[in-house]
Amino acid sequence: MANSISVGAASPGCKKVDPILVADNVTRQFGGLTAVNVEHLEIPRGLITALIGPNGAGKTTMFNLLTGFDEPNSGRWTFDGTDLAGVAPYKVARMGMIRTFQLTKALSLLTVIDNMRLGAQDQPGEGFIQSFLRPIWKKREAQISERADELLQRFKLDSKREDYAASLSGGQRKLLEMARALMSEPKLVMLDEPMAGVNPALTQSLLEHIKGLKNDGTTVLFVEHDMHMVRNIADWVIVMAEGKIVAEGPPAQVMKDQAVIDAYLGAHADTDLGTVAIKTIKAGK
Amino acid sequence: MDFLNILNLTGGELIGAYTAAYVLCALGLAMHFGFTGLLNFGQAAFAALGAYGYAIATLTFGWPWYSATLFGLVCSALFAVALGIPTLRLRADYLAIVTIASSQALVSVFGVGQYRDVTGGSNGLSQFGESFYALNFLPDQRIELGVLTYSSNEIFIRIVAWSLVILGALLLLILTRSPWGRVLKGIREDEDAIRSLGKNVFVYKLQSLIIGGTFASLGGMVFVMTSQTNQPVTWGTDFTFMTWTILLLGGAATILGPIVGGMVFFALLMFLQNILEGLVNLGLLPFLDIAQVGQIRYLLVGLVLMLLVIFRPQGIFGNKKEMQFNG
Amino acid sequence: MNRLLKGPARALRVLIAGFLIFAGLLSASPAHAEEADPSTYAYTIAGTMLQEETPIPGIKVTATLGDFSASATSNEWGEWSIMVPELGQYQVEIDKSTIPEGFALTDAETGAIGIADLSETDFAAVLFSFGEDTSVGTSFTDLLVARIFAGLNFGLLLAIASIGISLIYGTTGLNNFAHGEMVSLGALIMWITYIVLDQNILLAALLSIAAVTAFGWSQDAGLWKPLRKRRMGLNQMMIVSIGFSIVARYLLLLFFGGDTKDIGGGGNIIELGPIFTSDITLIGMAINVIALAGVALFLTRTRVGKATRAVSDNASLAASTGIDVERIIRIVWLFAAALTGLAGVLYGLQFQASWLTGFDILLLLFAAVTLGGLGTALGATVGALIIGMVVEVSTLFIPNELKYAAALVILVIILIVRPQGVLGKKQRIG
Repeated sequence: MANSISVGAASPGCKKVDPILVADNVTRQFGGLTAVNVEHLEIPRGLITALIGPNGAGKTTMFNLLTGFDEPNSGRWTFDGTDLAGVAPYKVARMGMIRTFQLTKALSLLTVIDNMRLGAQDQPGEGFIQSFLRPIWKKREAQISERADELLQRFKLDSKREDYAASLSGGQRKLLEMARALMSEPKLVMLDEPMAGVNPALTQSLLEHIKGLKNDGTTVLFVEHDMHMVRNIADWVIVMAEGKIVAEGPPAQVMKDQAVIDAYLGAHADTDLGTVAIKTIKAGK
Repeated sequence: MDFLNILNLTGGELIGAYTAAYVLCALGLAMHFGFTGLLNFGQAAFAALGAYGYAIATLTFGWPWYSATLFGLVCSALFAVALGIPTLRLRADYLAIVTIASSQALVSVFGVGQYRDVTGGSNGLSQFGESFYALNFLPDQRIELGVLTYSSNEIFIRIVAWSLVILGALLLLILTRSPWGRVLKGIREDEDAIRSLGKNVFVYKLQSLIIGGTFASLGGMVFVMTSQTNQPVTWGTDFTFMTWTILLLGGAATILGPIVGGMVFFALLMFLQNILEGLVNLGLLPFLDIAQVGQIRYLLVGLVLMLLVIFRPQGIFGNKKEMQFNG
Repeated sequence: MNRLLKGPARALRVLIAGFLIFAGLLSASPAHAEEADPSTYAYTIAGTMLQEETPIPGIKVTATLGDFSASATSNEWGEWSIMVPELGQYQVEIDKSTIPEGFALTDAETGAIGIADLSETDFAAVLFSFGEDTSVGTSFTDLLVARIFAGLNFGLLLAIASIGISLIYGTTGLNNFAHGEMVSLGALIMWITYIVLDQNILLAALLSIAAVTAFGWSQDAGLWKPLRKRRMGLNQMMIVSIGFSIVARYLLLLFFGGDTKDIGGGGNIIELGPIFTSDITLIGMAINVIALAGVALFLTRTRVGKATRAVSDNASLAASTGIDVERIIRIVWLFAAALTGLAGVLYGLQFQASWLTGFDILLLLFAAVTLGGLGTALGATVGALIIGMVVEVSTLFIPNELKYAAALVILVIILIVRPQGVLGKKQRIG
């Protein structure tokens, strides 16, 4: 089936018309277990791509590898034409590829506005010597605070500006983390399960924010566990199972793919078994 | 029991040079732990390097006070680099064990008989303050404060020590309120998050370790300058944990905390020591002798440390919301 | 003030070889004795000058610390003692010109100087070695073999003490700095039951282990369990354990006094080629090996042991499969305390017992546990054997005072190369 995103028909590991991230032969093993084994992966520029798959499919590990938080056993990948393999996480971030985490990493004992300010780049006052010389960083600080306030307003967190991040609800923390990631105006935002643990009302607003990013011209790659959640917002869906890419394509097409259904059925079987085991224990008591 | 005397002695502790020395070390630890989240259990080593650096530069190289001070600071900073490069990538609890281990290893080197010519072995070094006390501009006469009398030099070291405390506190205040300090606090909360925002976490941690280490270095110099003796036994783990107690008493993520924490801590210790000694001398505590009173003071240090962490982890001045422990 | 501030550095002290003289010295004199009246001095340095078994009279000995200096001369039984005013590490030197005809220092160059460590205790013994050195002429290989044997013995002792740290860390995440005091308690109770109360050695050992086990249980029930219930952070708990360690240590000092107690008297010497050892050491090693094997069987073969490993691996997962985590932790504490008590007994019998026995080796225990990879019992054993070996063998190459430092340096180096420890697992992020 033809589409405007991939070169030729959509297939696992297919080439894209305009990729922003290209990865080759990325593998990662934990002991004897192969967590990730991806032959070829391209992420299309300017669009929303969802990386889905059952638990343990290697999605988060793939994220960690691409952003430098984990080291692969093998593999190379480029971001916007720059080789990224073996590059430290902070350098990856500076290149314009910012990630969030599955377990939200709001900086609890900092205020919401300070959380936001930390997301900014090029603050000379973050250098040790310069930090003594207020005039050097005062102007940039004002710019940063302005952008932070804009984003807080957009994400409806402006009323929490001076509160400690610890006082936010789980969903608000997700919003804060996403807003913070946008402070540096990244080219690619990588969201690890942005919808996890968020109540349904807030989920809708999160989805809207993700769409909003695309309108600003930002590329979005996000990990999601539930494939129905992504149907509405993703332009492209990549499915991982057991460390490999098993399918990719536009959402409607991927949902019908037998490989995807198999992958999820396998996972559901697992979940069911888990539930049964717990029930048995409870009964035993 | 002479209560006036006891109160005077207690008051003397508030402005004591030893108190200031510990406060400087605790301010350094506030940088490490309070603002960066580094579990440094080797603060004694940084102080020891300041003290030995100064003493060796004076006695062995014959340098004047300013070069000797600089040398002590550089020694501590180099130790911070040497310790930091391998360990700052480790998990927090590993860091704790490695810093305490390195500290003890270093101090044991100072005590070795073979290097007696330079380090003085287990006797340590003494009489290295001539160049420093030559700066004393105060009239050479004893000054009476209540029942306490101080010599001119004793007043001088107190002035210098507390000036350093004030300067150090101001420095810390500027640093922690700057964007640089904001990154440190971010690292304290979650270093992976800070990494994901494009900051080189390792460099910040190393800077923090060095800055806090040089604070301790100055503390060490003040400590040994008071009596002009520097012995390896001073720099055991007790020194480190006393500093921790002071820090936690005042509040780890505050600047006023370590200062007031130190003053309260030593005043309380002196007060208790004298009260206990008085009671023993009056025969009211037949199960104790005078030598054991000193031991009970240590026991109290441990008890205060435990109770603080359990019941008031934010210390005297800490903000309850900003209390200091993660993980 | 000074007393407090000169604070004792207690780890990494030189173990004083040879026998120590006990003296019932009272320290009831005033603490502030600035006036030069030696009769008011509270602390004593003493020793006996002997060559073979013959006392040497008339040797002048001088103790110095900073400006202070005092001398004494050995009496007809070779005994001497010097009263000193304050705590500290005194340098004690023989006036070589006063050594009588027919006697000579074993090491004429360095043998005239000794150290009296009065940093903790009010009494210290200094012994000088006279006469032919029996070890002269020993080949390097023989020395190495002897050191390796000593390292094996020390490593086994460390292993049995560090498994407790490892098990407790594995199941609760606590780095317990108060672990050393359990070793001290074991050794000191052994001294009470075996020497003071003169009980049968086996009964004394069992009583000591029981006492430490009871201490471990009450420690967990009274302190750590309530803190776990409050969901206190692990770093916070670690600092609580430091405070607890200080409290426990000074309570031991108050109850047992600061002197070092000799329990085993060295046992009967046994010569195995280049190795000089004693029956006590050999029996101790055998018990140690049996205990370690017991730990291995417990962890791999019993239900509770398997549950312990499951809790160490993932406590919440273990809880969800029906394991009562609190019960396992309670058992681990009992088990760990019993092992540590045994370590204290064996350590006390072979070396010495004092309020600092455990604290002196605490960092080595942590080094062992960290080296092996935090939280695995096998790792702790391997780490302890490495540390024990490094400590003993290093004395062939570096000054004796630095042998503990060598072990700690090895720890730092291994962590640079392999941050998760020798047998530890890497952790995942995110």
